[in-house]
Amino acid sequence: MPIRVLMFGWELPPCNSGGLGVACYGLSQALVQSDVDVTFVLPKKVPVRADFLRLVFADLSGFDWPNFSPYLNINGTPLSDSQVSDLISLVHQYSLKAAAIAKKHHCDLIHAHDWLCFPAGIAASQATGVPLVSHVHATEYDRSGGASIDPMVYALEKQGMDQADAVIAVSNFTKNLLAKYYLTPPEKVNVVHNGINPDDFTPEDLESNPLSALKRAGFKIVLYVGRLSLQKGPDYFIKAARRVLDFAPQTVFILVGSGDMEGQLINMTAGLGLSDKVLFAGFLRGQLHKQAFQAADLFVMPSVSEPFGITALEAVAHGTPAIISKQSGVSETLSHVLKVDFWDVDEMANQILSVLKYNSLHTSLKTNGHQEVKKVSWAAAAAKTIEIYKKILSAKK
Amino acid sequence: MSAICFYFQVHQPYRLRKYRIFDIGHTHEYFSDASDKLDNRQILQKVARKSYLPTNKILLGLLQKHPGFKISFSLSGVVLEQLADFSPETLASFMNLAATGRAEILSETYYHSLSYLYSKTEFQSQVNLHSRKIKSIFGQTPKIFRNTELIYNNDLASDIARMGYKGILCEGADHILGWRSPNFLYHPPGNPKTKLLLKNYRLSDDIAFRFSSKEWADYPLTAPKFASWVSAVNGSGDIVNLFMDYETFGEHQWEDTGIFEFLRHLPGELLKHPDNYFVTPSEAVKKLPAVGELDIPHYISWADVERDLSAWLGNPMQDDAASKLYQLESVILKTKDPRLIDDWRKLQTSDHFYYMCTKWFSDGDVHKYFNPYESPYEAFISFMNILQDLKLRLPAQKVNSKIFEN
Repeated sequence: MPIRVLMFGWELPPCNSGGLGVACYGLSQALVQSDVDVTFVLPKKVPVRADFLRLVFADLSGFDWPNFSPYLNINGTPLSDSQVSDLISLVHQYSLKAAAIAKKHHCDLIHAHDWLCFPAGIAASQATGVPLVSHVHATEYDRSGGASIDPMVYALEKQGMDQADAVIAVSNFTKNLLAKYYLTPPEKVNVVHNGINPDDFTPEDLESNPLSALKRAGFKIVLYVGRLSLQKGPDYFIKAARRVLDFAPQTVFILVGSGDMEGQLINMTAGLGLSDKVLFAGFLRGQLHKQAFQAADLFVMPSVSEPFGITALEAVAHGTPAIISKQSGVSETLSHVLKVDFWDVDEMANQILSVLKYNSLHTSLKTNGHQEVKKVSWAAAAAKTIEIYKKILSAKK
Repeated sequence: MSAICFYFQVHQPYRLRKYRIFDIGHTHEYFSDASDKLDNRQILQKVARKSYLPTNKILLGLLQKHPGFKISFSLSGVVLEQLADFSPETLASFMNLAATGRAEILSETYYHSLSYLYSKTEFQSQVNLHSRKIKSIFGQTPKIFRNTELIYNNDLASDIARMGYKGILCEGADHILGWRSPNFLYHPPGNPKTKLLLKNYRLSDDIAFRFSSKEWADYPLTAPKFASWVSAVNGSGDIVNLFMDYETFGEHQWEDTGIFEFLRHLPGELLKHPDNYFVTPSEAVKKLPAVGELDIPHYISWADVERDLSAWLGNPMQDDAASKLYQLESVILKTKDPRLIDDWRKLQTSDHFYYMCTKWFSDGDVHKYFNPYESPYEAFISFMNILQDLKLRLPAQKVNSKIFEN
């Protein structure tokens, strides 16, 4: 008998605002491929392409994608107070529907992703007596950069971890944070690093790449991909760009993503006189997203607090060398990258210049990283997750 | 009868400080000091305290106790400089050992470099520099040569023979020896008078690597047990060559593993067998015959399982860094600027290239243990930035940010 898992999620691609949807998709797909029977619950019917999954929609009223993301409104504006309370009321509504869903779809385990789904997971578990796994992809501490923690969100997060039979954290970085701020006992927390599907990354013709004109003109491209928010450190990226451009003026810095800091960052760039060298590409999907990685000479992830950071895996899988913040979970999984403290702008600039200047360094990071990233796969994440499932199920017997 | 030949390698590089692109043209201080996370003085003093001083003391006691006990050392020029500057009492204790007349000092390149692979003339200069240094400190002129990390091939043997050396130390690598035993002397093709001493790597590594390994079937290793393995060679070999890094004692194998007790008892245990006796490498080549020719056309070394050059060269960064460094040879030497030449040569120390090795890097093995940098990439970045600065110090070069143009 395959293990039957009922998953509560908030989003799946292409109707996603960031890494949470990508991670839920990748993990469930790999679980299904490892013979786990996954039923995936979403708050509302949206046009998701995931035919390998049995999808269930909770039909929440007032859930109007894309206006409710786990983080921010997709347009990049922060949620207003009323939106936050709307979001929390949706989370409660989700939990009210969860019990009935769990009773209808028999399962051996319930697996809930992040605070938005923790109340639903708890309700489902209580209604059926089935054990609960709470999966932490990000915490309020990461999102707020440690300032202005929303007490309601914090409480829901803590409840989700306290009431779970087991907690999954996406990194040791997150596991340590859970122990420190949520007092979650470390022995209860299992680390399952996110991954990629190595086969998804096929080399493509650079000729059709819209960025190839820049390259032909002799520019090197340094790429940032992520929300433009405090947590992701885009301001450090621009400060490093300032330093790099003094030495390597034939360089263009591209920021892919949107977020509440966008206006501030554009002003900062203009103030530094870098508007022609620091470009804002907005939020990109699909082909364009891929092409940005492929054209880049270097990817930089300067996050201030990054539970994982899948984009770094994507960059390396595309054959683009990466500089990643030491304050990230993904840095635990990759050794063939450069690592830097997000605040150390001088070192970040030194590393950027070195990769652009020394071809043998670029080549080594590219080939060794590409080899290494294949091991950081969703298949490996699924295998670990199944071990955790089995441990809980055998403890319950 | 079986001879036992101990050789200990003593070497510490001048590690490079974290040197950023912004430092180019602004500071010519390349080597780590107290301002840096890695401090060469501090590291040298730590190794001296944990390893060199206590081991020298034990060996001096053993030389006094057993009149037949003999040992040999090779000390790189760069470690001798550091000992003189940072720990003169340790240098004095090595001199005391040499003064017994039963501690032979071997020849190597002053800068513990890979110069033989890039420039024969530079190699010869460094061997001569080293020889003069040894003469001035220890009052003996080396007669036996060992190249950096026992890197060796036929050509090196010919060159060394021409330079007047009587013997060469090398690795008793399986893929070279085949059915032959490392427990005899050999000679290189065309040079019947030059003798090769081959490391018995099994017995040497039992001490250097396996001594404290609890997974090892023969753990714990005691002096009587080890002496019985060495004695077993009697009748099937002329010599057992025990070659190892001197830091084995107290630094790689910490004091609490019992390594010092082991060493203290080893010569006595070995001498219990009436057919065992100690030799220095010079005595070995005088006393023992070469039993055959050893043809080694390709480079071998004592590093890693591969016993080749891949710890220092072969990945794109290592090859790039080394070739760019040696490209500067003629312009640097032409300046006749002693400080510039010395800096250039200190960059040749093999350790800098070892730190750039990506082989096994993600598996976190011995390379990581011996790498003071966070990654091979960081080691490369500092090295290359320093090399840019070195170039700016050449005549007719001015600080010009244009050199960073990509």
